[in-house]
Amino acid sequence: MDFGFTNTEWFFGTMIMDKLNEIYGFQVVVNNLGNFTMGAVLTLEITLFSLFIGMIIGMIAALGRMSKVKIISFISVTYIDFFRGTPLFVQILLLYFGVIPLIFDATPVQAAIIACGLNSGAYVAEIVRAGIQAVDKGQMEAARSLGMTPTQSMRFIILPQAFKIVVPPLINEFVMLLKDTSLVSAISAHELTHTGKMLYASTYQAVWVWGAVCVFYFIMTKAISMLGDWTERRLAN
Amino acid sequence: MKKYWSMLLIVMLSISILAVAGCGGEEKEPAGQEPAITKLVVGSETAYAPFEMVDEKTGDYIGFDMDIIKAIGEAMGVEVEIRSMEFTALIPALENGQIDCAISAMSITEDRQKVVDFAGPYYDSGLIIAVDKDTEGISTLEDLEGKPLGAQIGTTGADACLSIQEKDPATEVKTYDHVGEAFMELQKGGVVAVINDFPVTDYYVKTEASDTVKTVGEIFLADDHYGIPVQKGDTATLDLINEGLAKIRENGTYDEISAKWFE
Repeated sequence: MDFGFTNTEWFFGTMIMDKLNEIYGFQVVVNNLGNFTMGAVLTLEITLFSLFIGMIIGMIAALGRMSKVKIISFISVTYIDFFRGTPLFVQILLLYFGVIPLIFDATPVQAAIIACGLNSGAYVAEIVRAGIQAVDKGQMEAARSLGMTPTQSMRFIILPQAFKIVVPPLINEFVMLLKDTSLVSAISAHELTHTGKMLYASTYQAVWVWGAVCVFYFIMTKAISMLGDWTERRLAN
Repeated sequence: MKKYWSMLLIVMLSISILAVAGCGGEEKEPAGQEPAITKLVVGSETAYAPFEMVDEKTGDYIGFDMDIIKAIGEAMGVEVEIRSMEFTALIPALENGQIDCAISAMSITEDRQKVVDFAGPYYDSGLIIAVDKDTEGISTLEDLEGKPLGAQIGTTGADACLSIQEKDPATEVKTYDHVGEAFMELQKGGVVAVINDFPVTDYYVKTEASDTVKTVGEIFLADDHYGIPVQKGDTATLDLINEGLAKIRENGTYDEISAKWFE
């Protein structure tokens, strides 16, 4: 059979595989590829749901922050400052063990999504605000002079232009959020890092287990940033 | 596209090279005169009262294990330095030589003996089930099948939870970095029971949660002994600790420490 390898390449390939198969850590990784994949899927789920919540809250908070109504802008600024000014890890512990149980019984994954969503919302808010403020002031003035209300100008003139500006930083936030979800392993949400912790605790193969976890994270973040590049190119045309 | 694949390949290759290098390069020092040990760097997960904890006032590490290792150090004339780290990091830290030994209420298990050598045993423990004060009808491991359970990652308690899960896949196992978080989960109703070392759970119930949590059933895994792990093949440290342990058992220091923490 011809796999497209020369004999020498084939020889070295099988030799490397044989050597690898003798290593305990390699076996651990190969035997647990399914577990890693399940962990990675949960990581992605938590990230996507958090990002969704974060986008909605972030949009509201960004507009709220720029609002002329004092109380609304005060609440928005407080929210943004708190979630940007304290560590996500602490927020996760506070929400899961402290605040959320007062309201309802959340599973670790639900709590993880809420905590990451709230945290992400604060960052998204700043991204959106920067995007809106980056649109030339003249655009608002022009829209108003055409007889549009402030809401209409925002909705039809400013936000569509701001959208283009915020896409790259939003993709960046997506990547950051995906990496940050590793912190929710502390509340026993069985995502990729928690999978790694469990495996590491029973096999002690630090390099192999954490190396494999890194590769899984890297594949995901790389895929997201490639998606981001593609979106940017589409928007540029 | 091609660029990405080659980048990925480079990352994976460099990781495997690192790993291979890490596995192959261990050469034993030639036998002969070994320098006398003057200092022990001891790893411990210092959140496991009453075996190891942090003194709220002074910030020092205190507890049964801490007193034992300090007494061993004193008896053998070596300095003892405690390093606080995660429980799951203790054995890898031993393997890498970052610490000389660990004392952290660690049970001697077959799996652990494959990668480290144990001095001791120095304490006989066992596991116990802890449930909410109002929970009725749980006293054995069979009663826990199909229920959400909590434990600390990498402990014999977690192993017990996972073996229940093997029998009944509907059992949900939640594992945490520290046992305190598992107890918090129990308090807020996220798990029905926590499986953990008896002395630690007992201490927690008595000092922190006498009106919310209770222990049920018998102590199981009663042949569970705590040992002091050292690097595989490090007979010098192993002998030193065993000798020190024998000394403090003989001169009554061990009994004093035991009386101080468990009576």
